[in-house]
Amino acid sequence: MNEPAGGHPHEHGGYDVDPTHHHPPQPDLEDTPLARHQVMQMAVTSLLIEKGIFSGDDMRAQVERMDGLNPGLGARLVARAWTDHGFRQRLLADSKDAAAELGIDTGPIPILVMENTPETHNLVVCTLCSCYPKFLLGVPPDWYKSRNYRSRAVREPRKVLAEFGTELAPDVAIRVHDSTADMRYMILPIRPTGSEGMGEEELAGLVTRDSLVGVAVPRAG
Amino acid sequence: MSSPAPRFAPGTRVRVHERFPPGHVRTPWYCRGKIGEVERICGRFRNPEQLAYGNREATQEVLYRVGFASASLWPDYGGSEHDCVEIEIYEHWLEPVSGDTA
Amino acid sequence: MDKARRHHDMGGLEAGPVNRDGHDHAPWEKRVDALMVLLGRQGILTVDELRRGIEELGADAYDRYSYYERWMASMTNLLLEKRIIEVDELGERMAEIETGRREALP
Repeated sequence: MNEPAGGHPHEHGGYDVDPTHHHPPQPDLEDTPLARHQVMQMAVTSLLIEKGIFSGDDMRAQVERMDGLNPGLGARLVARAWTDHGFRQRLLADSKDAAAELGIDTGPIPILVMENTPETHNLVVCTLCSCYPKFLLGVPPDWYKSRNYRSRAVREPRKVLAEFGTELAPDVAIRVHDSTADMRYMILPIRPTGSEGMGEEELAGLVTRDSLVGVAVPRAG
Repeated sequence: MSSPAPRFAPGTRVRVHERFPPGHVRTPWYCRGKIGEVERICGRFRNPEQLAYGNREATQEVLYRVGFASASLWPDYGGSEHDCVEIEIYEHWLEPVSGDTA
Repeated sequence: MDKARRHHDMGGLEAGPVNRDGHDHAPWEKRVDALMVLLGRQGILTVDELRRGIEELGADAYDRYSYYERWMASMTNLLLEKRIIEVDELGERMAEIETGRREALP
């Protein structure tokens, strides 16, 4: 099975098929036929709408829904877990039920929460594609989908972490989770020193996306 | 209809089949033939090797999380001996380790 | 034994430093993502089929295409295979959009 052949010029010429579109800044992809796939998306979408498979409103609603998913959701769960021991236990045991307590939906795919400890640091990768806990973190960043991350995270995690500015003590064990099938993963980081006395909202502000994937650790101050 | 019980309990040592089929599979190449330990049973899920080709009656398979010592996956591994990689693997890719009691 | 590794199955390969620069997803990329969700919900495509289609694009396209370009190429091929859409109507619709004869967005 092959992509329909034939190059397509990068520019659109004098017309603009989608006034909202702009090319994402991906310098390494400058010469790829990006425009062709945009046209394909528009054509396929309009045909499917005509055939009654879904409506334009369904499409808009789904895009909006996805725009509402971001690492702030995962951060709220972590902040609650840092301040409420019972919640922490429930989150580790069953993230779906625990998240529901905060009105957060973890979606149709089970998300396992892995807890960092002084002895063990957790890191998530998907070496086969780019599986990611979208319902708690939104869409994955480009680096998570990159060949370099997917190739190296399982083999030299310490070097990869160092590239993110994360240096672990040599006696800390690294547990890499290769997200290959029907589970997704979120990391529960260690609450940073200096965060004593902070409220839940302020704590959530310390929890970055990268710390929920395990390439970074939260810092206070 | 009841399903057979999972074949491997958490803590059991298992070997990943050293198979290299051409189609869509979710067992990473780097763990084929390697020995790990069942970390947990995730449940039953429809077989992706069938779903990928449009089979809507795909069979349910037991999915495990299997932990491998990183040093056993990579001969030149430079990190801690306690480092590990945990991978989701379906039951039909796993076999008992010979010499171990069942 | 032929221990052939498939192109997408890249865990453990040698590779360069991780480039942490990102980009905000463009509207068309979000629509590609939404398209897959809607087709999944309708029982037309599974994510497993999407992945299989991406793996079958070939190594060259896999490396050249961006993430959502791969998705779009795979989904389009699957929709053609399943005869949800036909080659002719797709070609015609793409030409209409490219030449500005049709407003593109729903």
